[in-house]
Amino acid sequence: MSKILYGYTALFDSPDGIMAAAQKTADDGFTKFDVHTPYPVHGMDKAMKVKPSKLGFVTLFFGLLGGALAMLFMYWTMAVDYPMVIGGKPLFPLPAFGPVTFEVIVLAATLSTVAAMIALFFYLPQNNHPLHDTDYMKNVSSDKYGLCIEAGDPLFDEKKVKTFLDAAGGKNITPIYNPDPVKYPLLQPRFLSVLLVVALSVSGLTYFTLNKLMYMPPFDWMSEQEKLTPQRTYRLFEDGYGMRMPVQGTVARGFMPYPYRDQPVLEEEGLANPLLATEEVLTLGKNKYNTFCSPCHGDHGDGDSRLRGYFPNPPSLHTPRAREWSDGQIYHVLTVGQNVMASYEPYTTREERWAIVHYIRALQRAKNASDADIQLVRSDNNAR
Amino acid sequence: MNAVDYTKEPPVVEGRPALADIDEMVARPLDERPTKKFYIALSITLTMLLIGAVSLGYTLFYGIGMWGNNQPVGWGFDIINFVFWVGIGHAGTLISAILFLLRQKWRTGIARFAEAMTIFAVMTAGLFPLIHTGRVWLAGYLFPYPNQHHLWVNFTSPLVWDVFAVSTYLTVSFVFWYVGLIPDFATLRDRTKSTVKKVIYSVCSLGWRHSARHWQHYEKAYMLLAGFATPLVLSVHTIVSFDFAVSIIPGWHTTIFPPYFVAGAIFSGFAMVVKILIFVRKVFDLEDIITINHFEKMNKIILVTGLMVGYAYAMEFFIAWYSGVNAELFVFINRALGPYAWSYWIMVSCNVVFPQLFWFKKIRRSIPAMFVIALLVNVGMWFERFVIIVTSLHRDFLPSSWGMYIPTLTDFGILIGSFGLFFTLLLLFTKTLPVVSISEVKAVVDGSQPSRHGGETHE
Repeated sequence: MSKILYGYTALFDSPDGIMAAAQKTADDGFTKFDVHTPYPVHGMDKAMKVKPSKLGFVTLFFGLLGGALAMLFMYWTMAVDYPMVIGGKPLFPLPAFGPVTFEVIVLAATLSTVAAMIALFFYLPQNNHPLHDTDYMKNVSSDKYGLCIEAGDPLFDEKKVKTFLDAAGGKNITPIYNPDPVKYPLLQPRFLSVLLVVALSVSGLTYFTLNKLMYMPPFDWMSEQEKLTPQRTYRLFEDGYGMRMPVQGTVARGFMPYPYRDQPVLEEEGLANPLLATEEVLTLGKNKYNTFCSPCHGDHGDGDSRLRGYFPNPPSLHTPRAREWSDGQIYHVLTVGQNVMASYEPYTTREERWAIVHYIRALQRAKNASDADIQLVRSDNNAR
Repeated sequence: MNAVDYTKEPPVVEGRPALADIDEMVARPLDERPTKKFYIALSITLTMLLIGAVSLGYTLFYGIGMWGNNQPVGWGFDIINFVFWVGIGHAGTLISAILFLLRQKWRTGIARFAEAMTIFAVMTAGLFPLIHTGRVWLAGYLFPYPNQHHLWVNFTSPLVWDVFAVSTYLTVSFVFWYVGLIPDFATLRDRTKSTVKKVIYSVCSLGWRHSARHWQHYEKAYMLLAGFATPLVLSVHTIVSFDFAVSIIPGWHTTIFPPYFVAGAIFSGFAMVVKILIFVRKVFDLEDIITINHFEKMNKIILVTGLMVGYAYAMEFFIAWYSGVNAELFVFINRALGPYAWSYWIMVSCNVVFPQLFWFKKIRRSIPAMFVIALLVNVGMWFERFVIIVTSLHRDFLPSSWGMYIPTLTDFGILIGSFGLFFTLLLLFTKTLPVVSISEVKAVVDGSQPSRHGGETHE
């Protein structure tokens, strides 16, 4: 198999020698050539006629981007997503955001610069370059200065380049050949077994850490603390419960208990609905009615319950007696219960019960609408 | 050696070694098997590390109640050590970045080592805020990430700034250090005879070819990184000082803290560099690359930053008096004359008095003298943080909540362990990586630059 030529290399002993040679190569019109020196030789970029590095633009772009994103992120978290006033500062305290913005600028700029330099400007990592593992590379790595004219250059001609390098004062003029391509088959048992071991150990370790380790001491000492929690037993109390009930007659702060609890039927006339029958209240009432009342009373209060046959049937809410009840009386039934109907106080708030009262009133009016009501609905529909 | 001609710059590298000799000089420790002395040193540092690990294990299992921290002294050795180690790191970045921008060619010989020291010191330092939270495994909460609590970190808090500053500092220092190592890895790759080492060096060198087209971008990148690392290093200790200065504790709430902390950091960092390089140049025969001139220059920086720190001590007292605030004045009088006066006077004598000896050229150029003074400076700087933290906290606003801080054995164990960790990493570094930047030193040897550019350093 014939080898493909990569280029011709020559070694030089002094920085002055390589400088002159590089200058001459560039002057002669070669473009695909490179100089290899163990350290940066000053002025070489000018001699080789390479353009100034554009790396700075990467730094500028990512630095600004990082800073802007950091600022935006802090604004979003502290002023939009979870607004919180801290130390009386505004939600967007610019000076207090300065340090983090600065740090992110530096981080974004340096990481992007280095990543761009290595991957985009150098095309590294590249350990299979033809120049690797040659005597030439060993020399320029240490104390020699090398010039390499690549075969890809439009002016490349094997004989001419050899004489050119010789004339420029180069020593050890040697051809460099491209290495034979190496294949790495994926489905190798050795490779696959390594893959399997890595996968198993990573998943096993993750499982152990998150599902086992975090529940062992000392890691569980945040959840397992030596203090009394509601669900714990405690032998000091007679009943053994850790959770204590409030003393009889305890009243929550700012909350008056319902005063007519002992009356089977409300005798008080002054209990009026504190809510207005707005659309919002009626919607709330409808939701609560459908949830708590409709299983027995039916969707429209007709007493046609879904539980018919399993439970004593409640009367219709549209009987004249029910319609003559005051709001307060209905509210009283919801709050303390009546006959087999239990109290709904534990499941609903006061406002919700008053909203249900409003909704029952709306149902009653709809089922027994007067002509004036029908006219009103019609004109309302027409207006829409 | 004592007669130095100050009218002209002394050569950066002595004896004009051939370029190949520099390879040999720097890479020899990597090729040879470790000596008995190395193992003895390593066993000492590993023992220290073990003491620290055991103390830390106790802390993690039983909680930070193992420490001397109490009410009102909520910050103790944990934060003292943190600030101490972050400060040690600052010299490395100063040497590698600021002196690079200032075209100080003498930095090349010591830059690599100082940068490594920075990374190890910041790693050691970073441990302390983590263990100080008590539950290290929950440290992820320090970073803003979307979590099920829908909570974010408080970006207006100096403690969060600290997280960003220290983690950025560690990352950028590491990247800067690695970029500097790439050409050296390539040189090592091309000279090693061991196959295993060759694979490692090849991977680490990323296939670097010493190409002039690459050198051009490389130098640009190096300058950009130095340009960023310079404000970064100043910002890090500034932000560390904000941990104190943004609070309203008398003794902490002062505007002089940022520059005072930065000067102190460089001061202690250089003392550490001097101390360690004394051994490194001797053990690895690097006397030609790390010369006595290097030490003299570093000692001058120690003298200057020591004077800055001394000025800050004086100015703190002046402002306490000038402000007319009784609480301020009390804290400072209590520092100098109160129950912790001994620590205050250790700090003043080690940081302000002894470094004055560096005014004498003989002492600046005497290895034993500078070693003792540098050691005292590090002791003094550790006590500076002790004074700032403990004396400010132990006398609260209310005399009824006054208290004393007495560190426990666990505290000392972790302190010893931090030194163990730092020196273990340093020892391993000296045997695994080139302690001197090969390519940078070659570039400043006499005659290494074309005559037209007569060794003049520019970007």
